[in-house]
Amino acid sequence: MHGGAGRTGDCRSGERAMRVKEKRLIVTFRTTTDAMAFEAAGREYGLGGRLIPVPRALTAGCGLAWSEPPERRRDMERLIGEEKLTYEQIAELVI
Amino acid sequence: MLNDRKKSAKPAKPVIYLDAAATSLLKPPCVAEAVTAAFCSFGNSQRGAHEASLAASRIIFQTRERICRMFGTGTPDRVAFTANATESLNIAIQGLVRPGGIAVTTVLDHNSVLRPLYLQEDRGAELHIAGCDAKGRVTPEAIEAEMRPGTSAVVCTHASNVTGNVLQIREIGALCRRRGALFIVDASQTAGLFPIHMQEDNIDVLCFSGHKGLMGPQGTGCICIREGLEIPPLLVGGTGVQSYSRTQPAEMPVSLEAGTLNGHGIAGLNSALGYISGYGIDRIRTEAQALMRQFVAGVRQVPQVIIYGDPDDSDRAPVVSLNISEQDAGEISDILAQEYGILTRPGAHCAPLMHKALGTEGQGAVRFSFSHLNTAEEVCTAVRAVREIAGQVSGQ
Repeated sequence: MHGGAGRTGDCRSGERAMRVKEKRLIVTFRTTTDAMAFEAAGREYGLGGRLIPVPRALTAGCGLAWSEPPERRRDMERLIGEEKLTYEQIAELVI
Repeated sequence: MLNDRKKSAKPAKPVIYLDAAATSLLKPPCVAEAVTAAFCSFGNSQRGAHEASLAASRIIFQTRERICRMFGTGTPDRVAFTANATESLNIAIQGLVRPGGIAVTTVLDHNSVLRPLYLQEDRGAELHIAGCDAKGRVTPEAIEAEMRPGTSAVVCTHASNVTGNVLQIREIGALCRRRGALFIVDASQTAGLFPIHMQEDNIDVLCFSGHKGLMGPQGTGCICIREGLEIPPLLVGGTGVQSYSRTQPAEMPVSLEAGTLNGHGIAGLNSALGYISGYGIDRIRTEAQALMRQFVAGVRQVPQVIIYGDPDDSDRAPVVSLNISEQDAGEISDILAQEYGILTRPGAHCAPLMHKALGTEGQGAVRFSFSHLNTAEEVCTAVRAVREIAGQVSGQ
């Protein structure tokens, strides 16, 4: 889709640095619908996170999780309560 | 081409589409635009966190929200997508009418209701069928008369796809609540045309297709289930969540959505729902009914025409079935298509008990069904065509 090494057949690594791991607040869900509802409410509320593939440390398998800066925990929990959002678990992880 | 009628010049081949009860050929242009946009941008919904997958998941979630609001479902997670109303009804009937259970339906119902019920009857359920009067009407009292102690479910259409007669679902819902029976409604002919509110109408399960009154693409259907009622799945398989579980997830809606959803179609349905909300269900129904009444007023002046059902009812689905004397309905429909470019549906309309009750089992009937996107001019042409064909018939 994008040009560069792939288009010319050169598959050697580029110069992109590995992503730095950091502590995040992770919310997991039983269904994608719950994840979508969470994202819609979170965006409206102004949460700064995003949906990511669920980290294997929490759930083996596929699915979505919400990743949020840990300092927003109180805001996030308030949102969950006010909007009656359904989730599976909340955990702090370094990812 | 037909869908561009309000934007562009005349279509190359003039066609008058009067088969809205079969599917909505006439759609607002936004539906095809949404499908095309989805086709070019959607990944597989509920299958990952990249933007293409999320784009599909977000639109599908928005569609659940819109359906939830339109039909008073409670919460969006009680809305599951299917391929069509038939799949929805099979989930509901096979899941809830169990061997030993007692179910009631009506002669107005479509094979999408009847055949799953017959299947359950063969598996040991008991089935009772409420009849209609001479005009094809079924009252709540007729349904109650078929209920037995322990009746577990009433399954019925909201409107006949043959006559357009509407059932009083609020009264039937109240009856079911009083008698402790589940109320399963087939809204294929009314979703997008009539107000339906699951909670206020006491509906436990609402099934409909997305491509008729809702004007979405074919291959879209829906089952809405009230909170607290769970139905086992007909299909199990990939869901994008809980992948190491041996069994299908128990939570709605994923419990009923094994396999890839029709994301492109649902995107079109989403756009159609937005159009309907903006235009207004009442306005859509009123405009379509006005065209239907114009048609009835015209064809009932033709002596050879026999109209079925209750065309004088003030609130009916925009569907008119008729015959011209004893003529084969298929032949009349073919003449309409070939000589006049008027597209109708002849035959039995997958509603065998309705035709038996109307006495049209052998002849069938020609069904004209109207969209608010039809025009008064088209209706005039259709009336003229019926009159001319009737004149030819009597001259034979």
